Amino acid sequence: MRGPPVAKPLVLAGLACALACGLFLTLGARGDWGFVLAFRGQKLAALLVVATSVAWSTIVFQTVTGNRILTPSIMGFDALYLLIQTALVFTLGGVGFAALGQRLQFGIETALMLGAALALFAALLRRSDDLGRLVLTGIVFGILFRSLSSLLNRLIDPSEFAVVQAASFARFNAVNTDLLWIAAATTTVCVALLARRSARLDVIALGRETAIGLGVDHDREARRAMALVAVLVSVSTALVGPVVFFGLLVSALAHAAAGTWRHAVLLPLAALISATVLVGSQTIFERVLALETSVAVVIEGLGGLVFLALVLKGAAR
Amino acid sequence: MIETQSLCVSLGGAQVVHDIDLTVERGRLTALVGPNGAGKSTLLAALGRLVPPAAGAIRVDGTEIGRIPSPDLARRLAILRQNAVIAPRLSVADLVGFGRYPHSGGRLTAQDHDIVRDCLADLDLTDLAGRYLDTVSGGQRQRALIAMTLAQTPDALLLDEPLNNLDLSHVRRVMAVARARAETGAAVAVVLHDLTVAARHADHIVALKSGRVFASGPPEEVVTPEILSALYDTPLEVHDIAGKRVVLTV
Ligand SMILES: Nc1ncnc2c1ncn2[C@@H]1O[C@H](COP(=O)(O)OP(=O)(O)OP(=O)(O)O)[C@@H](O)[C@H]1O
Ligand SMILES: [Mg+2]
Repeated sequence: MRGPPVAKPLVLAGLACALACGLFLTLGARGDWGFVLAFRGQKLAALLVVATSVAWSTIVFQTVTGNRILTPSIMGFDALYLLIQTALVFTLGGVGFAALGQRLQFGIETALMLGAALALFAALLRRSDDLGRLVLTGIVFGILFRSLSSLLNRLIDPSEFAVVQAASFARFNAVNTDLLWIAAATTTVCVALLARRSARLDVIALGRETAIGLGVDHDREARRAMALVAVLVSVSTALVGPVVFFGLLVSALAHAAAGTWRHAVLLPLAALISATVLVGSQTIFERVLALETSVAVVIEGLGGLVFLALVLKGAAR
Repeated sequence: MIETQSLCVSLGGAQVVHDIDLTVERGRLTALVGPNGAGKSTLLAALGRLVPPAAGAIRVDGTEIGRIPSPDLARRLAILRQNAVIAPRLSVADLVGFGRYPHSGGRLTAQDHDIVRDCLADLDLTDLAGRYLDTVSGGQRQRALIAMTLAQTPDALLLDEPLNNLDLSHVRRVMAVARARAETGAAVAVVLHDLTVAARHADHIVALKSGRVFASGPPEEVVTPEILSALYDTPLEVHDIAGKRVVLTV
């Protein structure tokens, strides 16, 4: 099982990522360096957490479902998270919701998300050999969650709506740093658990029957991997809001650059590429062009183009 | 050795394999034959724990198959599916290397590499080892999948139509490899459509029709014009040529 040389893309992506991070921290900084670095460092850490969780959740999701087009966010996972959040505001009221505090909100939302996602996957994975059905079901779910979420938004009190609205758009320039440390810890745990499974993920990528033939308890492993995906999606959505096509952009780049099927290489490479793109475009737009709001638009636009290209090429696998 | 007792298997809500009692003995090559839709693949998938039985029992060397932990079973039993789909972009050698996963996890030892090399050579794939699966021909791909199954070095080898897409010389090669595995003590079951090949290479033939055992026994007993014509509902001739049985459609 010796693949092509794999160290090179990892090293290159590592250098690019380090460069992007360096520029992000230092470019255009004036005044007290200690303050600037502390302030920017926190923001950088948040971006890195988001980049990692988007990259890993997308790659793992695609491996388990055996496709390269569908991602957790195209399937409306982040929309599901927002739906849960809106439903909480709806039931508890804006005041009750705020009284929970951000961390408890995050904990409750993630727990609910885990349950909902597992139920969804169980239904989805039963026939995951049927790719057309899988993609279609995924997209229908995505639309359903978004519509339900906006319906609930209309039903709740306008003053409470403000609480929810703030969370409903991707915002890379104003990441939620209150949740940063708990999010970073959660992501680290998920990453560690998935990294330990990287060889098993390689086998799962061969398909259900082949994986069972090689002694991997496919259904149990798929459920566990998907639970971790759900937690990672919760993390990134809580920090920056929903991003639909970014994961797809990252996975397409990582698969093209890695030239290997080994998750031990694919996953770290995807995280590095994801961080480079996110931090790099943030640096360019915020520091160089001073266009703070456009990052999400550009990243999503690029990802959308990749989505179109994949669909037109029919490169579902 | 694999044995079944009153085995029934259902697919999509309908029972397609009924009440099968069969033994795939170690040291023997057992051929499964029968018309399309007879249930050969379904039976083999059940023997390879890919489909759970609806009723009855399957035992591997005396132990109920469901009681053997799956990593353990993967070291003892390997199955080739009729329509294996491999999605990722892998080289032939990588694919065959996955056959060692049950033994070594993701890290191949020197011994694993030797086994992979031997399996590649057995299937005449040495020159294609570095080629990607999506760039080889149908028959070469089929041989790569067979080599992966062999690399699991199982005591029970189940091959569903391994001769699909193969030319004459590779038919002979694959049957010789299957026989060699049987002679080293493995229990080998092979689904075949070519009855001449079955008569020539198998020690024991099980003929399935409509999900039931229609006939079973040594080739001399099963490969007769009467049994085969009734099995396939079409007239078939069996000729003796230089002491070998040859089956012809009329
Ligand atoms: N997923 C499924 N759902 C329902 N019925 C199925 C399914 N797969 C196969 N069958 C039916 O089960 C029966 C046995 O199928 P099986 O694939 O075992 O036949 P086979 O003997 O291997 O045939 P072939 O020679 O064509 O490979 C057939 O009647 C088939 O139509
Ligand atoms: Mg079949």
